[in-house]
Amino acid sequence: MTETRAVEAWTLEPLERFVEEAGARLTLLMTPAGQVLAQHGFTRAVDVMSAAALRAAIVASTGEIARMLDQQEFATLNHQGVQHGIFLGAFETPRGGLLALVVYGPDSSVGLVQLFFEELAQGLIAAAPTEEQPKAVLAANFEEELNRSLASLFGR
Amino acid sequence: MSTVFRQVLDQITRVRGVRGAMLVAGEDGLIVAESLMEGVRGNAVAALAASLQKRFRQAMEVAAGGMSHFLHLQGEGGTLIIVPAPDGILVVTVGTPDMNVGLVRLEMLRAAELIS
Repeated sequence: MTETRAVEAWTLEPLERFVEEAGARLTLLMTPAGQVLAQHGFTRAVDVMSAAALRAAIVASTGEIARMLDQQEFATLNHQGVQHGIFLGAFETPRGGLLALVVYGPDSSVGLVQLFFEELAQGLIAAAPTEEQPKAVLAANFEEELNRSLASLFGR
Repeated sequence: MSTVFRQVLDQITRVRGVRGAMLVAGEDGLIVAESLMEGVRGNAVAALAASLQKRFRQAMEVAAGGMSHFLHLQGEGGTLIIVPAPDGILVVTVGTPDMNVGLVRLEMLRAAELIS
């Protein structure tokens, strides 16, 4: 069975519940800066990095479309394929903005993912610690932080 | 909402005990058209009803039962009925436990025929 792993423990329970209820195959929870907080379904660090980079590219492209339409950035995006769909959603928590990338298969649907995404956002808002500020990843300890995050995400 | 959709939903919601009716995209679980009373979580019902219908369809296929025409769930607090239309749209109705299921079924089958 694929495990759900988190760098920040408070994200784990809401994410596990979301994965089970929505039937998500892959899920990445990250900050707008690209720092991954939790993941489900990925087995290799390189896949997480690729997904995070592609997510950034999608958000940049659609952000530009939104700018051309003279409106705010899209809150959620869905790309429906024949077998799989990709859902991207953003929301605010007391720890700052978070983004979720969800890949779902034919045993789920965009309706289900959307429904439980709302619950995921509410769960994370409720679970986010307010007193502790998120650590800034400084250039000096960037590699160390990255290695620690990857170790947490893949249990190595 | 298109006139046809509004008409078919009005026919269903006119029946006593009906709390709401929706047309749902079966594959996506998203609402196409709706006529719901306050307090009915349309998007949740749509997503879960579509998921349920998908599972039942798979079960029917495995059991060589063909396409399901009518799905009726009776709970203590309410009733959920799903009728799949041939083009992938689901007609979904929620109502009270004492809703006139026979009449609702008739209206839903008529709605499925009209929208396809």
